[in-house]
Amino acid sequence: MKILLLLKTVADSEASIRPTSDGKAVALSDINLILNPYDEYAVEEALQIREKNGDAEITALCYGDEMAIKTLRTALALGVEKGVHIKGQPGFDSLTTAKILAAAIKDMDYDLILCGKQAIDDDSSSVGVMVAELLDIPSVSVAVKLDITDGNVRVTREIEGGHEIVEMKMPCLVSAQKGLNEPRYPSLKGIMAAKKKPIEEKDALAAETQIEVLRVEAPATRSAGKIVGEGEEAVPELVRLLKEEAKVL
Amino acid sequence: MAYKPLDYYRIQDLLTDEEKLIQETVRDFVTENLMPIIQDCNREARFPLELVPKLGKLGFLGTPYPEKYGCADLGAVAYGIINQELERGDSGLRSFVSVQTSLVMYPIFAYGTDKQKDYWLPRLTQGEAIGCFGLTEPDFGSNPGGMLTRAEDKGSHYVLSGNKAWITNGTIADVAIIWAKLDGVVRGFIVETDREGFSTPENKNKFSLRASVTSDLILEDVEIPKENILPGVQKLKGPLSCLTQARYGIAWGCMGAAMAIFDEALQYSLSRIQFDKPIASFQLVQNKLTWMATEITKAQLLNYRLGQLKADDKVTPAQVSMAKRNNVGAALEIARMGRDILGANGISDEYQTFRHMNNLESVNTYEGTYDIHTLVIGHELTGIPAFF
Repeated sequence: MKILLLLKTVADSEASIRPTSDGKAVALSDINLILNPYDEYAVEEALQIREKNGDAEITALCYGDEMAIKTLRTALALGVEKGVHIKGQPGFDSLTTAKILAAAIKDMDYDLILCGKQAIDDDSSSVGVMVAELLDIPSVSVAVKLDITDGNVRVTREIEGGHEIVEMKMPCLVSAQKGLNEPRYPSLKGIMAAKKKPIEEKDALAAETQIEVLRVEAPATRSAGKIVGEGEEAVPELVRLLKEEAKVL
Repeated sequence: MAYKPLDYYRIQDLLTDEEKLIQETVRDFVTENLMPIIQDCNREARFPLELVPKLGKLGFLGTPYPEKYGCADLGAVAYGIINQELERGDSGLRSFVSVQTSLVMYPIFAYGTDKQKDYWLPRLTQGEAIGCFGLTEPDFGSNPGGMLTRAEDKGSHYVLSGNKAWITNGTIADVAIIWAKLDGVVRGFIVETDREGFSTPENKNKFSLRASVTSDLILEDVEIPKENILPGVQKLKGPLSCLTQARYGIAWGCMGAAMAIFDEALQYSLSRIQFDKPIASFQLVQNKLTWMATEITKAQLLNYRLGQLKADDKVTPAQVSMAKRNNVGAALEIARMGRDILGANGISDEYQTFRHMNNLESVNTYEGTYDIHTLVIGHELTGIPAFF
């Protein structure tokens, strides 16, 4: 079985995020960049499928600048065999990104494509399913369980208030939700072995962006709260402040 | 609050991609596996033995040795980083890894027979076997040459007798590297701890390194086969060369503790309000934070350069002494200063600084005290030994 992974480089969720000086993007210099946490579930699932089936071959794709290489090395350190670096600068437009990924995948041999259900930076939750549409293959998103038998993929997915169990034929795409598995750490030997694994470079398809980012703004800083007193005697003052200062009553 | 390590002079930029990924991996491992339990381990004086299989599986044990033994074959800087990130959690876990890697695997790797290496190194790197290192005795610490432990050649086997003290991992060890005098010459022996006459009472009553096992080793006429001697080294050069390896790891490791302390002090000083403003706004607190950050930065640079020298095989034992002495001394001062910034809260084990501070008292003492390293460096500078 051949498995493809779609990976994204994102800012560490611990990082403090600022807009760039032109206010049109998030400043990523000096920020720790990591493999998108939802993509970690996709990587882990691919590794577990290989451990069960023995013969699976896993290739990870990442679209981005040279930081994509670090993301791919992380996947290789975890046990993925091969990386494909699609060179370019991803923007906000999911369809453009999906077209670029689909163009890179089109001539590749695959049975299953796995990705995270969303990237934690722009939260668009759309690239995976768009790639499947562009490749004309079925897809299921938000998977929490995945079983493969005889070319069929049975997926348990999260829906509002419960689970939905669906089945489709390979080739297909599945996007991973938290809970699908418990991602492993790379072993130190895996990290050293990753150095010797191949990363193929591809130029991104020239695709026109259809969404323009006008402005990126940091959220307004919250001013400190005020304690007006304790117990019953504080109530009149609180009511007065809510009326006169906050003007919400 | 999430841990924000100080990297004022951008050491990160000097690291290879593999070193960065190793750092992230060990840091995440400590955050997720050690931090949630370390407070209890410290209270209960319990070493988290349950982490050892994970350390083995992830390859944290014996990283500098060749792949044919199942080791990761990492460079000196990577080994330093691993120590730093482990000790960010607790000196006890770092001590475990130091002992296994530098004091047990190193002498087997450097001075052992192929048979000894093929048997022990894969087991030790996987964490299937735990090792300890018996050099220090109750009456011979800084002066190991005076050791009383003896080995006698009985023709078909050796018989070892003597007492070792302050031995990390002693009680949980499967194998001990015992340094003993054979015909008046210090030699190394591989001693399986289940041999008749070998006992390892644990020393539980410690203010320091509570999440680490410290034991006496008592050898009462322990018989070992002749093939258990380490043939490749004689005299004190054997144990001292192991200590040079371990001290290198300590020079990095103690900075992990210092960085954790600095992070805690900085975050606390920014959120603790006195006189209507964060205490970080006061000049005396800023003076402390500046001193701490400067000492950490100096030590990081010392470590990185020392790592380069070690990787190029140009390092001298006295250069390692300089980093061990300076960095642990600085870390201990940083700990006391950080504790001071935390005020009364600093004596509670809800904060990690006091635990690190107590640990660092051991780290300052073991593998050559601050004062002994002063004399090691003095000896190399002047050519005159001032130990006795």
